[in-house]
Amino acid sequence: MPVKKTRYDLLTENLQAEEMIINMGPQHPSTHGVLRLELITDGEIVKEVIPHMGYLHRCFEKHCESLTYQQIIPFVDRMDYLASMNNDHAFVMGVERMMGIDKDIPKRVEYIRVLVCELNRIASHLISIGTYGMDIGAFTPFLWCFRDREHIMNMLEWASGSRMLYNYIWVGGLFYDLPVGFEERCREFVDYFKPKLAELNQLLTDNQIFISRTAGVGVLPLDVAINYGCSGPMLRGSGLKWDLRRVDEYSAYPELDFEIPIGKGEMGKSGDCWDRYKVRADEVAESLKIIEQCLDKLQKDLKRGPEFDPRAKLPKKIIPKEQDFYIRAENPRGELGYYFITDGKTEIPKRVKARAPSFNNLSVLPEISRSVLIADLVAILGSIDIVLGEVDR
Amino acid sequence: MMTFEEIHALLSDKFGSKVIVDSQTSGLQPALFIHPDYIVPICEELRDNQLTWFDFLSCLTGVDHGPESNKFSVVYHLASIPHQHQLVLKVEIEHDRNLEVLPSFKSVSDVWKTAEWHEREAFDLVGIDFEGHPDQRRILLPDDWEGYPLRKDYQAAEEYKGIKIN
Repeated sequence: MPVKKTRYDLLTENLQAEEMIINMGPQHPSTHGVLRLELITDGEIVKEVIPHMGYLHRCFEKHCESLTYQQIIPFVDRMDYLASMNNDHAFVMGVERMMGIDKDIPKRVEYIRVLVCELNRIASHLISIGTYGMDIGAFTPFLWCFRDREHIMNMLEWASGSRMLYNYIWVGGLFYDLPVGFEERCREFVDYFKPKLAELNQLLTDNQIFISRTAGVGVLPLDVAINYGCSGPMLRGSGLKWDLRRVDEYSAYPELDFEIPIGKGEMGKSGDCWDRYKVRADEVAESLKIIEQCLDKLQKDLKRGPEFDPRAKLPKKIIPKEQDFYIRAENPRGELGYYFITDGKTEIPKRVKARAPSFNNLSVLPEISRSVLIADLVAILGSIDIVLGEVDR
Repeated sequence: MMTFEEIHALLSDKFGSKVIVDSQTSGLQPALFIHPDYIVPICEELRDNQLTWFDFLSCLTGVDHGPESNKFSVVYHLASIPHQHQLVLKVEIEHDRNLEVLPSFKSVSDVWKTAEWHEREAFDLVGIDFEGHPDQRRILLPDDWEGYPLRKDYQAAEEYKGIKIN
């Protein structure tokens, strides 16, 4: 096969005299995991960024070739390990639609799913906000975020038995009902967390140093964001109201009332790092609203009864009809999609491809970080909020 | 918002049945089969036509259908943000599984930049060549990896650089 010259070859072969290649990562703390960035620099200016990933590749799609649908769920957990519940939810919804049982899921199960997903979304955004502050040089928000996230971890551990990788949402139902007293404790957490969130905003959102580091940096224009397949807070930070929870109206979301925060360019330009950060901070408040509504429902109309069994609708054998199906759902990082190809005979899918939001969001990094300072590159990368478990799968 | 039949009719009128080879309506998500040579103009039309306006490429998947059929396909999942509709496109070719000459498709990375990394992934894992791709390198596996793991006839290597794999 004739060897094609790639863009990578052209970039690295034709260096100017002043230019230098610097490796950032894979063990660099601000790359949020094992990501290697190859920088072509001229002094402090970054001319070009070439991301290299795959250090955390665990062959998700290869494993799926030999596992049943129920067995894949723990593997799905490990993709975006900061938002396992959301990963499970999207995967399970896809299998349920293929089986044609998505309309039979009890309302209480749907509300519990949304409740735990939104708790997980808050936990994930807290990590994002905390580590982003630390990238910029503010250490306190990191500790505050982890302190509050710990309450969520404890609650989800109480429900599922595991701190991060839950395997809680199953095809057709749940692992268990919520433990007795969960709703009350969750409400306590909401009441505790609301003033803490205001404090966090005072500490970081309105902090002049933080604004100076992030406002107007790494501006992502909306057309570029769409063309590169960015989704989630990246896309909303550029000013587009696009949230699959509203667009696709899946699960219990159509019955819930929440806003979709978007970036308005309050501090600098629309689509800069501060906007993306702000969208996440606002989404935490919106998730709290959703959680309160879920708790209202779960404590009144959908109260637990002795006859309620979250495993009642579990299919005995999961064998979807022969078809291919793409499901998408809103993960804390954006559009998480699974593409299934089934043969209609076995419990093992022929192919599962995961469309990871971080993977697509990261692909825009070289585009928006040409001719920035190395210090700003750290700010831009932090604002994309990647999880390498999901980029590499 | 356009239905699948409307999009199918619109494309058939413009390009004819030689380009729109077939349509698959059995599953939950209907799909259009496109002639592999015309995938780029079809995608450009779908993106730029104000009626369809598919500005967002959700997912691009390379698929190996196994040694029995010797078919390789690429599946495109498009979404339109202004119209909120979705569409599935498929291109398919037969190939003798020769590792020296990979099955080749036209790259759509000039239409949507999303495709660039997704096509690299398909090249890396399934071994599909994308003609016109600007930066076709392995993306998840090491650069010196041999073979394409998501092919159905892939044999796992015994060792990697003298390290036993078990």
